[in-house]
Amino acid sequence: MELEHEFERVVAADHRVEPRDWMPDGYRRTLIRQIAQHAHSEIIGMQPEGNWISRAPSLRRKAILLAKVQDEAGHGLYLYAAAETLGADREDLTAKLVEGRQKYSSIFNYPTLTFADVGVIGWLVDGAAIVNQVPLCRTSYGPYARAMIRVCKEESFHQRQGYELLLTMMRGTQAQRDMVQRSVDRWWWPSLMMFGPPDTESTNTEQSMKWRIKRHTNDELRQKFVDMTVPQAEKLGVTLPDPDLRWNAERGHHDFGEIDWAEFWQVVGGDGPCNAQRIAHRRKAHEDGAWVREAAAAYAAKKSGEEQVA
Amino acid sequence: MTERASEPAAGRGPRSSWPLYEVFVRGKRGLNHVHVGSLHAPDDEMALRNARDLYTRRNEGVSIWVVPAAAITASSPDEKDPFFAPSGDKVYRHPTFYAIPEDVPHL
Repeated sequence: MELEHEFERVVAADHRVEPRDWMPDGYRRTLIRQIAQHAHSEIIGMQPEGNWISRAPSLRRKAILLAKVQDEAGHGLYLYAAAETLGADREDLTAKLVEGRQKYSSIFNYPTLTFADVGVIGWLVDGAAIVNQVPLCRTSYGPYARAMIRVCKEESFHQRQGYELLLTMMRGTQAQRDMVQRSVDRWWWPSLMMFGPPDTESTNTEQSMKWRIKRHTNDELRQKFVDMTVPQAEKLGVTLPDPDLRWNAERGHHDFGEIDWAEFWQVVGGDGPCNAQRIAHRRKAHEDGAWVREAAAAYAAKKSGEEQVA
Repeated sequence: MTERASEPAAGRGPRSSWPLYEVFVRGKRGLNHVHVGSLHAPDDEMALRNARDLYTRRNEGVSIWVVPAAAITASSPDEKDPFFAPSGDKVYRHPTFYAIPEDVPHL
């Protein structure tokens, strides 16, 4: 009881909870679930863009894309490390991902059909991720907050490279401009879904806000993203595919159309365009890498044996 | 800080074959090494290389330490108050403890 009181005092004072502090089981479970899901998203998120590395149109774009995909791997590793401070096991988390027992962001279950998708992912998908992640830099669990600070610093490069790529294509031929518009048409609604179900249906939000893991509701963050993105779309010269999207002076925000939540739940439930492919690829990469992990461990064991003999 | 040292090995199940390392980076000359995070690696050499790739992709450091997490001994949060009590009641260790007339220069 005294421990619980101390925990609540730390959270209420906006101090950080650190790994060896006492914490309620539910807090630990919620964090492990959220951080693992976040880490998995970074790792699976390497695939849609990795798809275009070998076909990037120039060496410059290829180098940028490689660096970006490498960052996503890094973000996944920061986050897995944060989950481990809560007692989660790295191998176990990977196993849960490839066995479909833990989720990742549904946005990565959509295919990248053209190179414009690389730009639109940077602009919209990473843009939405930033809106989600900036408040997490102040989340109540210390290691998660610190990981998010690193991630957010790097995401800004991701978003800007995407927008610049699109600006370049919009200055190109009509075919290139059409390619950008079609890509925006495909990614806009899934990007809005990245913020999760509406507040009225979000089961975890209330408790997470009480624990100060989350600081804003899904709908608040979604609105913020829409308001930020509209002027960027205008500047770019693309149309966001929503006839109901308009400024509401009374609210001081943009109104926007109804999200197709049936599609959202269908993709979350495993039946999106690329769910099976993403998991199969992750599983294969993990299994194909087994011999490398074993060889490195064997070499380390042999070397430490030699040192002990000498 | 991850502060896992001297905990029961809750985070290290039988399937994690590579040990956990804590990573410390010196941002630039003249600064201390600061803890930046952790990683798994098969040995010290690989831990150092992985730390470079993971934590210094944008010139964040000029020097890296990697330390096996198991080699770190940490104070326990349970005894936090008694452990630090010896410094808590020694206010005379702080310069503000001493009342000096305002017109005494350079003190």
